[in-house]
Amino acid sequence: MNALIQLKNVKKTYKRGKESITIFDGLNLTIEQGDFVAIMGPSGSGKTTLLNLLGGTDRSDSGEINFDGERIDGYNEGQLAGWRARSVGFIFQFYNLMPVLNAAQNVELPLMLTKLSAVKRRANVETALKIVGLWDRAKHRPKELSGGQQQRVAIARAIVSDPKFLLCDEPTGDLDRNTANDILGTLQQLNQEMGKTIVMVTHDPEAARFAKRTLHLDKGVFAEVTQ
Amino acid sequence: MTDLDLVWKNLFRKPLRTILLTVSIFMAFLIFGILTSLNVALDRATESGSASNRLVVSNKINFTQSMPYAYINRVAAIPGVTAVTYQNWFGAYYQDQRASRFVGFAVDPETYMAIFRDEARLTDAERKAFLSERTGVIVGKSLADRYGWKVGQTIPISSNIYSQANGRRSWDMKISGIFTGAKPTDPTTAIYFHYDYMNETITFNRDQVGTITVVTASPDQNDQVAKAIDANFANSPAETSTVDEKTFSRAFLKQAGDLNLIVTMVVSAAFAAILMIVSTTLVSAMRERTKEIGVMKTLGFSSPRVLRMVLGEAVLLSSLGAVLGLGTSAFILTGLSKSPVGSSFGDLSMSPVVALSGLALAVSLGLVTGAVPALSALRMSIIEALNRG
Repeated sequence: MNALIQLKNVKKTYKRGKESITIFDGLNLTIEQGDFVAIMGPSGSGKTTLLNLLGGTDRSDSGEINFDGERIDGYNEGQLAGWRARSVGFIFQFYNLMPVLNAAQNVELPLMLTKLSAVKRRANVETALKIVGLWDRAKHRPKELSGGQQQRVAIARAIVSDPKFLLCDEPTGDLDRNTANDILGTLQQLNQEMGKTIVMVTHDPEAARFAKRTLHLDKGVFAEVTQ
Repeated sequence: MTDLDLVWKNLFRKPLRTILLTVSIFMAFLIFGILTSLNVALDRATESGSASNRLVVSNKINFTQSMPYAYINRVAAIPGVTAVTYQNWFGAYYQDQRASRFVGFAVDPETYMAIFRDEARLTDAERKAFLSERTGVIVGKSLADRYGWKVGQTIPISSNIYSQANGRRSWDMKISGIFTGAKPTDPTTAIYFHYDYMNETITFNRDQVGTITVVTASPDQNDQVAKAIDANFANSPAETSTVDEKTFSRAFLKQAGDLNLIVTMVVSAAFAAILMIVSTTLVSAMRERTKEIGVMKTLGFSSPRVLRMVLGEAVLLSSLGAVLGLGTSAFILTGLSKSPVGSSFGDLSMSPVVALSGLALAVSLGLVTGAVPALSALRMSIIEALNRG
């Protein structure tokens, strides 16, 4: 298998007032193509910071972050924005859909960053919504959808531009067990059938069971790996 | 979906808020459209009745004070003067003093027609009739249309200044001709009649003239001639003030107040208020959307693109209000042009310059009101935005 993501000796410190808080002091991590990794850990362990670094929404102080053989830690803001649009699909805990747009328009958002024709865009949106089973709700606005349906729309938005990598931040944190299992099943399907590499931050051990492996993070260090 | 679709949908996210903002912008541009067009019409009216080689002599105290009739020949004798004519303000009205006032001058027909041939266009027959009929009057086409006057008709013209020895305040005048302006847009809402007819019948202020119009050999000589005229009457009981015709017309119009200043102040006040209202509202609207901006940036929308969308929203909002405001003011001005008061300004319709200035102002207003929220969206870090929302 090839490594899709590699973090080498990554250091990250935050300043809070005069105090410096070290989150990572030489973190190493390799995620293979087609992997589905759950990251667990207590609050303050560095899960969110890791997610931000992996998604290119935050920068490391030093070390290397490689994606598909490309070193991204030196990218400027514009390059990172372009890289995120091409390579990463984001799924948030609270869905973060645009309330003024309907489901199809929300899914189309990442395609506005591509040069695809309107016809091709519509076709991609339809495919993505069909994958998550919500094509019949394409014209519904977020407030007209249940939490689970909104998260499915968010998944469709994450996969519509066919990125290799999906980053999920507590994707089932706001859902009941059954709905959560449906969502996790969909993510598993995307991993197994479409080969998407997924990194999912979660507090929920049940959710972590859907991943191929689980990394336990504590105080900026991977303490334990569960296969 | 395009960026514009997204901007449009965001603009109408809270329809009531957008409608209220649009209405306030609409009001500002309504005021701008009407007042600026009135100002332009006044300027145009001033320009249309002025020539570069004409001077106006009036009493130094004020142009409402008269000067002795004898001044006319003395002015005519000054080197550089090629022609003179004179006129008296009559305070004219027709039947109803409050509703039907208009510009009326008692003039010397022969010299007046020689100098103002272009500004008051008549047929040869009408001109001949006016020169020969002592009670003759020529009326502007707009006035004739308003009151249904016809050539040959005798009409009573009253004065709110003068009266006759028999106590009457009106003079019967026979319409010798109906004049048009040099351009269709020039105002034609005045009347001109014989000075002698008035002078012989009024009870006071006889043998006095209000203003003397002087034609110089060339505009280059204006200053020299004006100084010579005023020097000629220095230390006399009625000293004179001689200025070029355009300056005089502007001063005349300023009797009602400095319209330029009024327009500038009213429009500035309206726009300052709108600027604050719209700017504050947009800042708070953007604050509500902090998380959404963070999400857009996370998805890969670049900061400059987000900035353009926020600015676009502000510009779209102000343009919407501006188009409605300018459109409504154009409609009102068209109606006003047909009213008795409005027609005295000549062509009141909104000029392309006013419309384009209004649209440019709308874009500027949008850019200024959108600047603060747009810059904060530009600078906002993704993590901060997602955590704050």
